[in-house]
Amino acid sequence: MLRGLALLLVFQSLGEVAVRATGTVVPGPVVGMVLLFVFLVARKNPPESLVQAADGLLSHLAIFYIPAAVGVMLYAKPLAEQGLAWFAAIVVSTLGAMLLPALLLKRWLGNQPDTPRGESATSSEGTRR
Amino acid sequence: MKPGLPNLAEIWVYLAATPLFGLTLTLVAYVAADALYQKFDKHPFANPVLISVSGVVAVLTLSGVPYQTYFEGAQFVHFLLGTATVALAVPLARLWSELKARALPLLCAVALGGAASVLLAVGTATLLGASPVFVASLATKSVTAPIAMGIAEQIGGSPTLAAVFTLMTGICGALMATPLLNALGMKDWSARGYAVGVAAHGMGTARAWSVHPRAGAYASLAMGLHGILGALLLPYVGKWVIGFVA
Repeated sequence: MLRGLALLLVFQSLGEVAVRATGTVVPGPVVGMVLLFVFLVARKNPPESLVQAADGLLSHLAIFYIPAAVGVMLYAKPLAEQGLAWFAAIVVSTLGAMLLPALLLKRWLGNQPDTPRGESATSSEGTRR
Repeated sequence: MKPGLPNLAEIWVYLAATPLFGLTLTLVAYVAADALYQKFDKHPFANPVLISVSGVVAVLTLSGVPYQTYFEGAQFVHFLLGTATVALAVPLARLWSELKARALPLLCAVALGGAASVLLAVGTATLLGASPVFVASLATKSVTAPIAMGIAEQIGGSPTLAAVFTLMTGICGALMATPLLNALGMKDWSARGYAVGVAAHGMGTARAWSVHPRAGAYASLAMGLHGILGALLLPYVGKWVIGFVA
Protein backbone atom coordinates (compact mmCIF):
# COMPACT_ATOMS: atom_id res chain seq x y z
CA MET A 1 0.00 0.00 0.00
CA LEU A 2 2.70 2.50 1.04
CA ARG A 3 4.97 1.33 -1.76
CA GLY A 4 2.11 1.81 -4.17
CA LEU A 5 1.46 5.31 -2.85
CA ALA A 6 5.14 6.13 -3.19
CA LEU A 7 5.09 4.93 -6.79
CA LEU A 8 2.05 7.10 -7.54
CA LEU A 9 3.80 10.14 -6.06
CA VAL A 10 6.93 9.41 -8.11
CA PHE A 11 4.88 9.40 -11.31
CA GLN A 12 3.01 12.52 -10.23
CA SER A 13 6.39 14.23 -9.75
CA LEU A 14 7.63 12.97 -13.13
CA GLY A 15 4.50 14.47 -14.67
CA GLU A 16 5.15 17.84 -13.03
CA VAL A 17 8.78 17.77 -14.20
CA ALA A 18 7.70 16.99 -17.77
CA VAL A 19 5.19 19.86 -17.75
CA ARG A 20 7.72 22.37 -16.38
CA ALA A 21 10.33 21.21 -18.89
CA THR A 22 8.06 21.52 -21.93
CA GLY A 23 5.74 24.35 -20.85
CA THR A 24 2.50 22.70 -21.99
CA VAL A 25 -0.96 23.52 -20.61
CA VAL A 26 -1.65 19.86 -19.83
CA PRO A 27 -1.61 19.48 -16.03
CA GLY A 28 1.18 17.48 -14.38
CA PRO A 29 -1.07 14.74 -12.94
CA VAL A 30 -2.53 14.03 -16.41
CA VAL A 31 1.00 13.62 -17.83
CA GLY A 32 1.85 11.47 -14.78
CA MET A 33 -1.16 9.30 -15.55
CA VAL A 34 -0.02 8.82 -19.16
CA LEU A 35 3.53 7.94 -18.01
CA LEU A 36 2.26 5.44 -15.44
CA PHE A 37 -0.05 3.96 -18.08
CA VAL A 38 2.87 3.40 -20.47
CA PHE A 39 4.94 1.92 -17.61
CA LEU A 40 2.15 -0.50 -16.67
CA VAL A 41 1.42 -1.59 -20.23
CA ALA A 42 5.13 -2.29 -20.79
CA ARG A 43 5.40 -4.18 -17.50
CA LYS A 44 2.27 -6.36 -18.01
CA ASN A 45 1.41 -7.08 -14.33
CA PRO A 46 1.00 -4.09 -11.98
CA PRO A 47 2.56 -4.47 -8.49
CA GLU A 48 -0.06 -5.53 -5.93
CA SER A 49 0.75 -2.57 -3.65
CA LEU A 50 0.03 -0.18 -6.52
CA VAL A 51 -3.35 -1.80 -7.23
CA GLN A 52 -4.24 -1.43 -3.53
CA ALA A 53 -3.22 2.22 -3.36
CA ALA A 54 -5.06 3.04 -6.61
CA ASP A 55 -8.23 1.23 -5.53
CA GLY A 56 -8.15 3.04 -2.19
CA LEU A 57 -7.91 6.47 -3.85
CA LEU A 58 -10.38 5.77 -6.66
CA SER A 59 -13.11 4.25 -4.51
CA HIS A 60 -13.60 7.68 -2.92
CA LEU A 61 -12.64 9.88 -5.85
CA ALA A 62 -15.48 12.30 -5.08
CA ILE A 63 -13.95 13.58 -1.82
CA PHE A 64 -10.96 15.12 -3.60
CA TYR A 65 -13.23 17.55 -5.49
CA ILE A 66 -14.75 19.08 -2.36
CA PRO A 67 -12.11 21.71 -1.43
CA ALA A 68 -12.03 23.20 -4.96
CA ALA A 69 -15.81 23.02 -5.34
CA VAL A 70 -16.36 24.94 -2.10
CA GLY A 71 -14.50 27.81 -3.82
CA VAL A 72 -17.69 28.47 -5.80
CA MET A 73 -18.82 30.50 -2.77
CA LEU A 74 -16.29 33.19 -3.72
CA TYR A 75 -18.06 33.84 -7.04
CA ALA A 76 -21.64 33.99 -5.81
CA LYS A 77 -22.13 37.59 -6.99
CA PRO A 78 -20.97 37.55 -10.65
CA LEU A 79 -22.65 34.18 -11.06
CA ALA A 80 -25.99 35.48 -9.78
CA GLU A 81 -25.91 38.36 -12.26
CA GLN A 82 -25.81 36.17 -15.39
CA GLY A 83 -27.52 33.19 -13.82
CA LEU A 84 -29.81 32.11 -16.63
CA ALA A 85 -27.21 32.32 -19.41
CA TRP A 86 -24.53 30.15 -17.84
CA PHE A 87 -26.97 27.74 -16.26
CA ALA A 88 -28.76 27.08 -19.55
CA ALA A 89 -25.45 26.87 -21.44
CA ILE A 90 -24.12 24.24 -19.01
CA VAL A 91 -27.28 22.12 -19.00
CA VAL A 92 -27.73 22.19 -22.80
CA SER A 93 -24.09 21.55 -23.68
CA THR A 94 -23.57 18.85 -21.03
CA LEU A 95 -26.67 17.10 -22.33
CA GLY A 96 -25.40 17.27 -25.92
CA ALA A 97 -21.87 16.22 -24.99
CA MET A 98 -23.22 13.11 -23.26
CA LEU A 99 -26.05 12.25 -25.64
CA LEU A 100 -24.07 12.26 -28.91
CA PRO A 101 -21.13 10.05 -27.81
CA ALA A 102 -23.62 7.68 -26.14
CA LEU A 103 -25.66 7.31 -29.35
CA LEU A 104 -22.51 6.91 -31.46
CA LEU A 105 -21.11 4.16 -29.21
CA LYS A 106 -24.48 2.45 -28.96
CA ARG A 107 -24.60 2.08 -32.75
CA TRP A 108 -20.91 1.36 -33.29
CA LEU A 109 -20.18 -1.06 -30.43
CA GLY A 110 -23.60 -2.69 -30.30
CA ASN A 111 -25.74 -2.40 -27.21
CA GLN A 112 -24.87 -5.59 -25.34
CA PRO A 113 -24.53 -5.82 -21.53
CA ASP A 114 -20.80 -6.02 -20.92
CA THR A 115 -20.46 -7.30 -17.36
CA PRO A 116 -17.39 -9.54 -17.72
CA ARG A 117 -16.50 -12.80 -16.07
CA GLY A 118 -17.51 -13.28 -12.45
CA GLU A 119 -18.69 -9.73 -11.87
CA SER A 120 -22.35 -10.20 -12.67
CA ALA A 121 -23.38 -11.44 -9.23
CA THR A 122 -21.71 -8.72 -7.19
CA SER A 123 -21.40 -5.40 -8.97
CA SER A 124 -24.16 -5.43 -11.55
CA GLU A 125 -27.25 -4.24 -9.76
CA GLY A 126 -30.70 -5.15 -11.01
CA THR A 127 -31.29 -1.74 -12.54
CA ARG A 128 -28.72 0.20 -14.53
CA ARG A 129 -28.01 3.45 -12.83
CA MET B 1 -15.80 32.80 33.35
CA LYS B 2 -16.31 30.00 35.84
CA PRO B 3 -13.15 28.15 36.82
CA GLY B 4 -12.79 24.76 35.12
CA LEU B 5 -15.20 25.67 32.33
CA PRO B 6 -13.16 26.34 29.20
CA ASN B 7 -14.00 29.41 27.19
CA LEU B 8 -15.70 27.87 24.17
CA ALA B 9 -15.41 30.99 22.05
CA GLU B 10 -11.65 31.03 22.55
CA ILE B 11 -11.32 27.38 21.65
CA TRP B 12 -13.42 27.96 18.54
CA VAL B 13 -11.27 30.90 17.44
CA TYR B 14 -8.19 28.73 17.84
CA LEU B 15 -9.64 25.70 16.06
CA ALA B 16 -11.16 27.63 13.17
CA ALA B 17 -7.74 29.10 12.36
CA THR B 18 -5.83 25.79 12.28
CA PRO B 19 -5.61 23.40 9.32
CA LEU B 20 -7.34 20.84 11.51
CA PHE B 21 -10.66 22.65 11.03
CA GLY B 22 -10.74 22.56 7.22
CA LEU B 23 -9.49 18.99 7.10
CA THR B 24 -11.98 17.72 9.68
CA LEU B 25 -14.88 19.61 8.13
CA THR B 26 -14.13 18.18 4.67
CA LEU B 27 -13.87 14.59 5.89
CA VAL B 28 -16.90 14.75 8.17
CA ALA B 29 -19.01 16.37 5.43
CA TYR B 30 -17.96 13.70 2.95
CA VAL B 31 -18.53 10.77 5.31
CA ALA B 32 -22.01 12.09 6.14
CA ALA B 33 -22.84 12.78 2.47
CA ASP B 34 -21.57 9.36 1.40
CA ALA B 35 -23.71 7.68 4.07
CA LEU B 36 -26.75 9.51 2.66
CA TYR B 37 -25.74 8.51 -0.88
CA GLN B 38 -25.61 4.84 0.16
CA LYS B 39 -28.85 5.16 2.12
CA PHE B 40 -30.64 6.46 -0.99
CA ASP B 41 -29.24 3.53 -2.98
CA LYS B 42 -26.80 5.77 -4.93
CA HIS B 43 -29.59 7.91 -6.34
CA PRO B 44 -27.99 10.50 -8.67
CA PHE B 45 -29.64 13.41 -6.86
CA ALA B 46 -28.04 12.31 -3.58
CA ASN B 47 -24.67 13.18 -5.17
CA PRO B 48 -22.05 13.14 -2.39
CA VAL B 49 -20.07 16.09 -3.81
CA LEU B 50 -23.16 18.27 -4.10
CA ILE B 51 -24.31 17.43 -0.56
CA SER B 52 -20.94 17.81 1.14
CA VAL B 53 -20.12 21.05 -0.71
CA SER B 54 -23.49 22.52 0.30
CA GLY B 55 -22.80 21.46 3.88
CA VAL B 56 -19.31 22.97 3.97
CA VAL B 57 -20.47 26.23 2.35
CA ALA B 58 -23.30 26.46 4.90
CA VAL B 59 -20.92 25.91 7.84
CA LEU B 60 -18.40 28.46 6.52
CA THR B 61 -21.09 31.06 5.81
CA LEU B 62 -22.74 30.65 9.21
CA SER B 63 -19.48 30.62 11.15
CA GLY B 64 -17.91 33.43 9.13
CA VAL B 65 -14.74 31.45 8.41
CA PRO B 66 -13.25 32.66 5.12
CA TYR B 67 -12.62 30.21 2.28
CA GLN B 68 -8.87 30.84 2.43
CA THR B 69 -8.72 29.68 6.08
CA TYR B 70 -10.78 26.61 5.26
CA PHE B 71 -8.54 25.79 2.31
CA GLU B 72 -5.41 25.78 4.50
CA GLY B 73 -6.71 22.56 6.00
CA ALA B 74 -8.59 21.24 2.98
CA GLN B 75 -5.54 21.58 0.73
CA PHE B 76 -4.30 18.20 1.94
CA VAL B 77 -7.40 16.60 0.45
CA HIS B 78 -7.12 18.83 -2.63
CA PHE B 79 -3.52 17.74 -3.17
CA LEU B 80 -4.54 14.08 -3.37
CA LEU B 81 -6.72 14.90 -6.39
CA GLY B 82 -3.51 14.93 -8.43
CA THR B 83 -2.38 11.59 -6.98
CA ALA B 84 -5.82 10.08 -7.66
CA THR B 85 -5.57 11.32 -11.26
CA VAL B 86 -2.27 9.47 -11.67
CA ALA B 87 -3.89 6.38 -10.12
CA LEU B 88 -6.44 6.31 -12.97
CA ALA B 89 -3.70 4.72 -15.10
CA VAL B 90 -4.02 1.45 -13.12
CA PRO B 91 -7.57 0.49 -14.23
CA LEU B 92 -6.84 1.83 -17.73
CA ALA B 93 -3.76 -0.38 -18.14
CA ARG B 94 -5.91 -3.35 -17.16
CA LEU B 95 -8.19 -2.58 -20.14
CA TRP B 96 -5.37 -2.04 -22.63
CA SER B 97 -5.99 -5.00 -24.98
CA GLU B 98 -9.69 -4.15 -25.15
CA LEU B 99 -9.01 -0.44 -25.74
CA LYS B 100 -6.67 -1.09 -28.67
CA ALA B 101 -9.46 -2.89 -30.51
CA ARG B 102 -11.92 -0.05 -29.85
CA ALA B 103 -9.62 2.92 -30.45
CA LEU B 104 -11.44 4.35 -33.47
CA PRO B 105 -15.01 4.47 -32.09
CA LEU B 106 -13.73 5.80 -28.77
CA LEU B 107 -11.70 8.59 -30.39
CA CYS B 108 -14.62 9.56 -32.65
CA ALA B 109 -16.95 9.65 -29.63
CA VAL B 110 -14.71 12.00 -27.65
CA ALA B 111 -14.23 14.31 -30.66
CA LEU B 112 -17.98 14.41 -31.29
CA GLY B 113 -18.78 15.08 -27.64
CA GLY B 114 -16.09 17.76 -27.37
CA ALA B 115 -17.34 19.56 -30.48
CA ALA B 116 -20.95 19.40 -29.26
CA SER B 117 -19.92 20.78 -25.88
CA VAL B 118 -18.12 23.85 -27.29
CA LEU B 119 -20.77 24.66 -29.92
CA LEU B 120 -23.76 24.26 -27.60
CA ALA B 121 -22.15 26.11 -24.67
CA VAL B 122 -21.00 29.08 -26.76
CA GLY B 123 -24.23 29.11 -28.78
CA THR B 124 -26.59 29.00 -25.81
CA ALA B 125 -24.63 31.52 -23.75
CA THR B 126 -24.42 33.97 -26.67
CA LEU B 127 -28.11 33.58 -27.44
CA LEU B 128 -28.99 34.42 -23.83
CA GLY B 129 -26.74 37.47 -23.78
CA ALA B 130 -23.84 36.32 -21.61
CA SER B 131 -20.82 38.64 -21.51
CA PRO B 132 -17.80 37.72 -23.73
CA VAL B 133 -15.75 36.66 -20.68
CA PHE B 134 -18.53 34.30 -19.61
CA VAL B 135 -18.86 32.88 -23.13
CA ALA B 136 -15.12 32.21 -23.41
CA SER B 137 -15.02 30.64 -19.93
CA LEU B 138 -17.95 28.37 -20.82
CA ALA B 139 -16.28 27.09 -24.00
CA THR B 140 -13.90 24.89 -22.00
CA LYS B 141 -16.41 23.51 -19.49
CA SER B 142 -16.32 19.85 -20.49
CA VAL B 143 -12.54 19.59 -20.16
CA THR B 144 -11.09 18.68 -16.75
CA ALA B 145 -10.69 21.80 -14.58
CA PRO B 146 -6.89 22.34 -14.56
CA ILE B 147 -6.73 22.14 -18.37
CA ALA B 148 -9.89 24.19 -18.82
CA MET B 149 -8.41 27.02 -16.74
CA GLY B 150 -5.33 27.26 -18.93
CA ILE B 151 -7.29 27.22 -22.19
CA ALA B 152 -9.91 29.70 -20.99
CA GLU B 153 -7.17 32.22 -20.34
CA GLN B 154 -5.81 31.76 -23.86
CA ILE B 155 -9.18 32.41 -25.53
CA GLY B 156 -10.21 35.46 -23.53
CA GLY B 157 -12.00 33.85 -20.60
CA SER B 158 -11.31 33.88 -16.87
CA PRO B 159 -9.51 30.89 -15.30
CA THR B 160 -11.51 31.17 -12.08
CA LEU B 161 -14.84 31.31 -13.90
CA ALA B 162 -13.71 28.37 -16.05
CA ALA B 163 -13.00 26.38 -12.88
CA VAL B 164 -16.44 27.23 -11.50
CA PHE B 165 -18.15 26.23 -14.76
CA THR B 166 -16.27 22.93 -15.01
CA LEU B 167 -17.35 22.08 -11.46
CA MET B 168 -20.97 22.92 -12.25
CA THR B 169 -20.71 20.83 -15.43
CA GLY B 170 -19.38 17.90 -13.40
CA ILE B 171 -22.30 18.09 -10.99
CA CYS B 172 -24.81 18.59 -13.82
CA GLY B 173 -23.42 15.59 -15.71
CA ALA B 174 -23.37 13.39 -12.60
CA LEU B 175 -27.02 14.26 -11.97
CA MET B 176 -28.29 13.70 -15.52
CA ALA B 177 -26.20 10.63 -16.47
CA THR B 178 -28.38 7.86 -15.05
CA PRO B 179 -31.78 9.16 -16.21
CA LEU B 180 -30.43 10.12 -19.65
CA LEU B 181 -28.56 6.88 -20.33
CA ASN B 182 -31.50 4.81 -19.08
CA ALA B 183 -33.82 6.75 -21.39
CA LEU B 184 -31.50 5.90 -24.29
CA GLY B 185 -31.65 2.23 -23.29
CA MET B 186 -27.84 1.95 -22.93
CA LYS B 187 -26.96 -1.50 -21.60
CA ASP B 188 -23.18 -1.42 -22.00
CA TRP B 189 -21.34 -0.18 -18.87
CA SER B 190 -18.30 0.78 -20.91
CA ALA B 191 -20.29 2.99 -23.32
CA ARG B 192 -22.30 4.50 -20.46
CA GLY B 193 -19.18 5.38 -18.49
CA TYR B 194 -17.41 6.71 -21.55
CA ALA B 195 -20.25 9.11 -22.44
CA VAL B 196 -20.29 10.43 -18.86
CA GLY B 197 -16.51 10.94 -18.88
CA VAL B 198 -16.64 12.87 -22.17
CA ALA B 199 -19.29 15.29 -20.92
CA ALA B 200 -18.62 15.59 -17.21
CA HIS B 201 -14.90 14.80 -16.55
CA GLY B 202 -13.87 14.23 -12.92
CA MET B 203 -17.13 14.46 -11.06
CA GLY B 204 -18.91 12.40 -13.71
CA THR B 205 -16.08 9.89 -13.41
CA ALA B 206 -16.47 9.79 -9.63
CA ARG B 207 -20.17 9.07 -10.11
CA ALA B 208 -19.37 6.35 -12.67
CA TRP B 209 -16.87 4.69 -10.28
CA SER B 210 -19.47 4.54 -7.54
CA VAL B 211 -21.91 2.79 -9.89
CA HIS B 212 -19.75 0.23 -11.72
CA PRO B 213 -15.97 -0.37 -12.06
CA ARG B 214 -16.13 -0.71 -15.85
CA ALA B 215 -18.13 2.50 -16.17
CA GLY B 216 -15.54 4.19 -13.94
CA ALA B 217 -12.56 2.97 -15.94
CA TYR B 218 -14.11 4.06 -19.25
CA ALA B 219 -15.14 7.40 -17.78
CA SER B 220 -11.54 8.06 -16.68
CA LEU B 221 -10.31 7.16 -20.15
CA ALA B 222 -12.78 9.59 -21.73
CA MET B 223 -11.83 12.33 -19.27
CA GLY B 224 -8.11 11.85 -19.98
CA LEU B 225 -8.56 11.79 -23.76
CA HIS B 226 -10.87 14.82 -23.71
CA GLY B 227 -8.32 16.65 -21.58
CA ILE B 228 -5.47 15.93 -23.98
CA LEU B 229 -7.59 16.66 -27.07
CA GLY B 230 -8.83 19.87 -25.44
CA ALA B 231 -5.34 21.04 -24.54
CA LEU B 232 -4.20 20.52 -28.14
CA LEU B 233 -7.22 21.81 -30.10
CA LEU B 234 -9.45 24.00 -27.93
CA PRO B 235 -7.20 27.08 -27.95
CA TYR B 236 -7.82 27.25 -31.74
CA VAL B 237 -11.28 25.66 -32.03
CA GLY B 238 -12.62 27.68 -29.10
CA LYS B 239 -11.48 30.98 -30.58
CA TRP B 240 -12.89 30.05 -33.97
CA VAL B 241 -16.29 28.99 -32.58
CA ILE B 242 -16.56 32.15 -30.48
CA GLY B 243 -15.66 34.29 -33.51
CA PHE B 244 -18.15 32.43 -35.65
CA VAL B 245 -21.12 32.33 -33.26
CA ALA B 246 -20.69 35.41 -31.12
